[in-house]
Amino acid sequence: MTDAPPAIAAEPRIAIRVRGLNVGFGARLILRGLDLDVMRGEVLGFVGGSGTGKSVLTRAILGLVKKRAGQIEVFGQDLDALSARERQGVERRCGVLFQQGALFSGLTVLQNVQAPMREYLDLSQPLMDELARLKIAMVGLAPEAADKFPSQLSGGMIKRAALARALALDPDILFLDEPTSGLDPIGAAEFDELIATLQKTLGLTVFMVTHDLGSLYSICDRIAALAECKVIATGTVAQMLDSEHPWVRSYFHGKRARQLTPPSPAP
Amino acid sequence: MTVEPSFATEPMSNGLTLRLNGRWTIGAPGLERNADALLAAARARRAVVLDLSGLEAMDTAGAWLIDRTREAVTKAGGQCALEGGRPEYEILLGAAHYRDFEKPREPHGSPLVTVLTHVGKAVVSVVDDLFAGIAFLGQIITALLRILFKPARLRTTSVVFHLDAFALRALPIIALINFLVGCIVAQQGIFQLQRFGAATFAVDLIGILVLRELAVLLTSIMVAGRSGSAITAEIGAMKMREEIDALRVMGLDPVEVLVVPRFLALLIALPLLTFVADMAAISGGLLVGWIYGGISPEIFLSRLQNAIALNTFLVGLIKAPFMAAAIALISAVEGFAVQGSAESLGKRVTGSVVKSIFMVIVVDGLFAMFFAAIKY
Repeated sequence: MTDAPPAIAAEPRIAIRVRGLNVGFGARLILRGLDLDVMRGEVLGFVGGSGTGKSVLTRAILGLVKKRAGQIEVFGQDLDALSARERQGVERRCGVLFQQGALFSGLTVLQNVQAPMREYLDLSQPLMDELARLKIAMVGLAPEAADKFPSQLSGGMIKRAALARALALDPDILFLDEPTSGLDPIGAAEFDELIATLQKTLGLTVFMVTHDLGSLYSICDRIAALAECKVIATGTVAQMLDSEHPWVRSYFHGKRARQLTPPSPAP
Repeated sequence: MTVEPSFATEPMSNGLTLRLNGRWTIGAPGLERNADALLAAARARRAVVLDLSGLEAMDTAGAWLIDRTREAVTKAGGQCALEGGRPEYEILLGAAHYRDFEKPREPHGSPLVTVLTHVGKAVVSVVDDLFAGIAFLGQIITALLRILFKPARLRTTSVVFHLDAFALRALPIIALINFLVGCIVAQQGIFQLQRFGAATFAVDLIGILVLRELAVLLTSIMVAGRSGSAITAEIGAMKMREEIDALRVMGLDPVEVLVVPRFLALLIALPLLTFVADMAAISGGLLVGWIYGGISPEIFLSRLQNAIALNTFLVGLIKAPFMAAAIALISAVEGFAVQGSAESLGKRVTGSVVKSIFMVIVVDGLFAMFFAAIKY
């Protein structure tokens, strides 16, 4: 990322570094000895069968589920070694789009987007209003949506509103948990484009759990595949298509996959 | 690592050059102050150049504020140029360009009107509650009649499950509080009546007060708080997650599936709990009478036998199913009234408990008048 701002370029090139991660519930281990690197400024698509632990990994990186063993570094800082205050600083640089949106149901969309600003920043109410409305406009929601409650929104609007909230603090890393699931193909393509634009302009690092082959082909720089409790393959779309691993083969060469053509000049 | 956003002013032949420095990001300290200063410096100038080459970082908030300055100059008829920006800044400025958001209209009338509106709405909602309650009672009764003609429709498992939750699991706490209240009534009774040398009359007091009023009232209030809130929360959460709608489209009647089992379970549980409460309170009275008042158990029991008749006991017990019906009805109505938000769930659960307890006391008062009228 040669064009990254200088102050940030001084930091390590790896945004998220996971080593030997074990996560389990009860007697069952979901992730065993998982290693993963997410480079700064890339869009990493994360694929895996349903129930293999994609969301669990995301939640483990965010500290929402306890890990049994292993090390997670975000921007070169080991999360276990940080004080609560420093950890908050790291969390502030992460924006998360949860699968179901997880908007606060008692707040309007505008208040939802302002919630993190209110918590962390010392901005005047008019500026917060304007910035929140800007974020809402940027994710492609109509201005009227700002004063609605989450229960009054459609599924696609909830995703957009949740993205606006995830972007409220202009984070450095954006976690997206199935951002395009439940969207129509046009909406999904727009959403992909939006994420790509934001990623280019803000220099975002995007960690995207997805099943959408369209998103994988169109905006992901790299793809990581999760199976058998660990990351079995990482690489560009072209590398994944050439992979010998049976699961990766069936994922990218399956019936659904063949209907979509990968971009002709392979990156 | 945060460098405060700032700018330097340089006069030009026909205007100003403003050189921006530092990090113009949302988290940078003093962003808003400096942006306002930038706006003030550039305002009303004929020509302004914003030089972005010294910028360390910019995000959407920074872009918005910088573009706001440009917009203000242009709008006032001046010329504003942005120079020296990195290519990605242009994309960012394009994406986060300044736009006027129409101010949300403020629906504030005079305070008097607001107060009156609230009062009016509250009155209407009381009437609505009453109608909703009656309509719902009708639905429950029709569902019960359907079950009566076709007993196979009764969800026995569900009834037993809720009986376990409402009765068996409530047993320890109900027994405990009634035991304690029995103790307290006995202590106060003996203490106050001692002055007249009539300490043994405390037994009459305990027997009549507990059996007629206290046990059933305390048990009902406890059940309203414990099981009524659970019913509202369960049904409300199911409503929020569209589970009720799922039942409806399967052709199942939510009242029959969800409400009737809880209604029946509560109807059975409350009299049983009231009986336990009676026994617990009397044992509490007996214990305190023995230790504190020196009334031996034999004397206590023989006095009790004289003081109370079967009707004293029945007066309390008859009220229990009515209390149960009121609690079940109110908590189910409130549960079905839950809307999409977590806040509304909280409001409805609170409302359910408050209204149930209120109704329990009203029903108790009505029964007191009724029994007095028939001299039972």
